Amino acid sequence: MKPERRGFLSGLVLSTSALVLAGCNKIANSSAVDHVLTSAEAFNRRMGHFFVRPKSLAREYSRADISRFFKPNGSIAPDNPADASSTPAYRAHVASNFADWRLVIDGLVEHPQTLSIADLKAMPAKAQITRHDCVEGWSSIAEWRGVQLARLLQKAQLKPNAKYIVFHCADAIDKNDDGSPLFYYESIDLEDAFHPQTILAYAMNGQPLPVPHGAPLRLRVERQLGYKQAKYVMRVEAVDSYKRYGQGKGGYWEDNGYEWYAGI
Amino acid sequence: MADHSSNGGAAGPTHKVLVPRHKLATRITHWINVVAFVMLLLSGLAIFNAHPALYWGQKTDFDHPWLAMTATPAPGGKLVGHTKVGGADFVTTGVLGASPGVDGKPQARGFPKWLTMPPYKALVDGRHWHFFFAWLLVLNGLAYLAFGFWNGHLPKDLWPTRQDLKEIPHEIVTHAKLQFPKDERATRYNVLQKMAYGGVILAFIVLILAGLTLSPRLDAGFHLPDLFFGRQSARSIHFILAWAIVAFLALHLFMVVASGTWNNIRSMITGRYAIEVPETSEGGDHEA
Repeated sequence: MKPERRGFLSGLVLSTSALVLAGCNKIANSSAVDHVLTSAEAFNRRMGHFFVRPKSLAREYSRADISRFFKPNGSIAPDNPADASSTPAYRAHVASNFADWRLVIDGLVEHPQTLSIADLKAMPAKAQITRHDCVEGWSSIAEWRGVQLARLLQKAQLKPNAKYIVFHCADAIDKNDDGSPLFYYESIDLEDAFHPQTILAYAMNGQPLPVPHGAPLRLRVERQLGYKQAKYVMRVEAVDSYKRYGQGKGGYWEDNGYEWYAGI
Repeated sequence: MADHSSNGGAAGPTHKVLVPRHKLATRITHWINVVAFVMLLLSGLAIFNAHPALYWGQKTDFDHPWLAMTATPAPGGKLVGHTKVGGADFVTTGVLGASPGVDGKPQARGFPKWLTMPPYKALVDGRHWHFFFAWLLVLNGLAYLAFGFWNGHLPKDLWPTRQDLKEIPHEIVTHAKLQFPKDERATRYNVLQKMAYGGVILAFIVLILAGLTLSPRLDAGFHLPDLFFGRQSARSIHFILAWAIVAFLALHLFMVVASGTWNNIRSMITGRYAIEVPETSEGGDHEA
């Protein structure tokens, strides 16, 4: 081989390794790079929607498949005054066993609703044993019982310009820059909102929903990852855009860079 | 130049000529694949670090991982890294379980910062790198397969013939002795190469399917976990196959060096490969 060609190849190998060793942190921290990388998100969402029909069902399991230990994640102790996610209002609801707790359904709806747990339990129930996939990689299986979100939205009747459903939660997952509590929130589109397995669950494995899992009410949107399954749901709001909440990305974890459509 | 190799084929004086070896499509897709696989490995390990444990089955039995990397505190603010495989527990401080973070301080982390992209602990950024390069790998792989069938590379060059299968014992012996043909036979894949490269293509396909199984959206359409005996098994298989490809890569690089480093690398860049032919024969460029 010609010496200059060999020199070129060695130079290429050496400079590439130097770049890799010294630059990984710098490259990874660059927002321009992140902008390019996150362009893949749209492909993930489009391919998921292209290959899987809007009404396709998540797999349901048998009672024998239920996890003996279902890992609670995110806020897990808003009933504990020492926990950062806790608020006096939520602790008062726990103390009264959610007797005065009301689910509010408002926003772009014709008939806003205020419903107690008893009101929700009086509606036709939907139960499903499904797999919960955390973005961290683990999976747990549980039985959920609740009311189909579609049923609640039909009751409230969406206005034609409603495009998304935002879930406002009672747990202070974080703090705003001014130190005020930052409450968890999430959002889904109407395809998922009207999916037959999308429910607001008040029971888990035959028991009232435990506090670590989102008492008294949590969202189950079964074809997405765990962080979409908002816990401690207080208010369901129909909106035309979720941009006005948080950093405008549609949810607490989305504001921290995670994908809005958590299909993988 | 004289050929003294017993494996070189032609007796008598020979000279080197450059002959075409790898097609342009093969070369381009090869190098894109190198970049994509390395980035997918590093970002995959960053994602693994968010929950550095692996399980079998559909769901996670947190008490019974088959592989787990953990950190336990030790006196003086130190961390001891443990790697548990099945029932065995190894102390792997500094590499697995606990190693210095980007600030240099000991940190609980599965794989060390020099094996993850990004080097700092961030599942969110690991996912961004992973999905970007996953698309690059898939599109590049589809282009490779399309060209491979269109120009005949896959059926002609990679599919073993009946004669190839008979040569397996002989090839194993010559490979073990690190004897490689230097004449025109070197322009074709031998049967062990065909099996290794075919195996890697298959491993990539299963690896990608196991990765897609981790998608709850795709699972709703295809029931993919049934293919891999559950979602947690799919995650384990995804991990194992990634390391199987790393093992292939180590062997591949060893063979590149053993059979002529620069000649091999040049043939994968310019497409031209130097072989030895008898003095009397014609054709090919004389190497300077």
